[in-house]
Amino acid sequence: MEATLGFITDNLQLIYLIILMIFVGIELISHVPSVLHTPLMSGANAIHGVVIIGSIIVMGQASDTLSLLLGFFAVVLGTLNVVGGFVVTDRMLEMFKKKK
Amino acid sequence: MQQHILQVIYLIGSVTFIGGLKYLGNPATARKGNLIAAFGMIISIFGTIFLYTNHEGEHLVNLGFIFGGLTVGTIIGWMAAKKVQMTAMPEMVSLFNGMGGACAMLISVIEFNHLTKGVTGVAELPTGEMITIIIGMVIGSVSFAGSIIAWGKLSGRVKDKSFSFQQFINIGLLLVILFFAYQTVFVSSEEFTETFYLVLGLSLLYGVLFVLPIGGADMPVVISLLNSFTGVAAACGGFLYDNKVMLVGGILVGSAGTLLTIVMCKAMNRSLVNVLIGNFGGGNVTAAGAGTAIVGTIKEVKAADAAILMKYAKKVVIVPGYGLAVAQAQHVVHELETLLESEGVEVKYAIHPVAGRMPGHMNVLLAESNVSYDKLVEMDEINPEFNTTDVVLVVGANDVVNPAAKTDPSSPIYGMPILEVENAQNIIVNKRSMKAGYAGIENELFYRPKTSMLFGDAKKALTELVSEIKNLG
Repeated sequence: MEATLGFITDNLQLIYLIILMIFVGIELISHVPSVLHTPLMSGANAIHGVVIIGSIIVMGQASDTLSLLLGFFAVVLGTLNVVGGFVVTDRMLEMFKKKK
Repeated sequence: MQQHILQVIYLIGSVTFIGGLKYLGNPATARKGNLIAAFGMIISIFGTIFLYTNHEGEHLVNLGFIFGGLTVGTIIGWMAAKKVQMTAMPEMVSLFNGMGGACAMLISVIEFNHLTKGVTGVAELPTGEMITIIIGMVIGSVSFAGSIIAWGKLSGRVKDKSFSFQQFINIGLLLVILFFAYQTVFVSSEEFTETFYLVLGLSLLYGVLFVLPIGGADMPVVISLLNSFTGVAAACGGFLYDNKVMLVGGILVGSAGTLLTIVMCKAMNRSLVNVLIGNFGGGNVTAAGAGTAIVGTIKEVKAADAAILMKYAKKVVIVPGYGLAVAQAQHVVHELETLLESEGVEVKYAIHPVAGRMPGHMNVLLAESNVSYDKLVEMDEINPEFNTTDVVLVVGANDVVNPAAKTDPSSPIYGMPILEVENAQNIIVNKRSMKAGYAGIENELFYRPKTSMLFGDAKKALTELVSEIKNLG
């Protein structure tokens, strides 16, 4: 019990942030026309590529070969997620541009 | 000083994600939104590389490897995203999602190794960090394995597979994962490395079993759900490193993705639970649906006759479906549309929210061939118009025009809103064969007296139609 409470108070800022972001996320998506569901999903897909920052931090502190190898893969995969995600989304949205 | 700059960069990054997602929700600003979020991502990445310091104030090393990884990933990702066909977009998104999940999984594995180096008992490990690591790993692995299966299904490499008691097996597997995860963090004294990798293996297996039985038509919903999973896995990393931008980005996608998943389910008038365990198109359901015998005969029509019908119509509504995407017929359908318009026919497209393999799939596809945005009419708006429509041309769509969804309670798609094309004067259905649609059920519409079938690949059939209309002069 005390450990749990301690954990919560230690991370209070982050927990607040998580709760607020849950509501922001829900608020942002409501009332979106179904036409945009696919690009939106794809855009969100690119945004969670932010996980790459974790892989960069891991990689930047790796000292043994195994960590280096796995970290390298993690960076490559994360980059694929980010770059691929944003480029695909842009290609989809390019087609929504206004016609005369 | 540098730390403060990095925190400000993360703050800006977080705001661009929120703003970007907001802009993505509006057709006029969507592209800008995507670019804004991409900008935030780039500054966050480079800020981390150059400004990040750990608790001892040391900068990151191995910069060569980091840039190497970034370069390799950028080249492959860029080329894959540029080269992929518009029709293959859904599986591409799924694949990229899987990469993110795998990235989260690897981060957890490395952090685990790092944390447990030289440690002999669980008591020595920080519980909070261990929990975060293991949650990130489980969710990341499930998302990775699931996305790969979803990708395989959409690209036709993996077939739907369901077996008896598979729901129970999945739930059982989930409990086993939870049990061993608990063991790893709290109980096992020496074997925590073994149980950790056991959890990893079981999570991957769960990801596979979770997606395998779900029907191909429901893949968009599954991809959206896995998308939000990866978001949560990324957020775990944010929690681990006390990194706000990872936390904001991850949780944002997690919650927005979950809501998007539910919205998509609603568009099909089904609940999420129903999609996940409903076993769409599986054995029992199909049998029930096929039990309703359909009486009537199929009427076939030649392109020349269809051409006459359409040329002298006042109003034609085109209903595109997955068949259009498969045949890459989006350009020829646009040609047909402009040709008919030049003959004074009013042409519109009726877009069902779940036509194709993703919501908005048809919009993206038709926009690619320069079909004007205002010609694409959503279901609720077009349905009252079918009464005054002379010809409906259904191109490769099936379940979204199946009247059984309204009339037959035993049908697996009963209750799903459909395009009420049966109210039109004439219905021409282009299909490759009489094979059932993705839901695996017969369509009574094809047997109705007003309906005629134009068999053939969508691209070939429409090209023929276009030339026949031209021949009429």
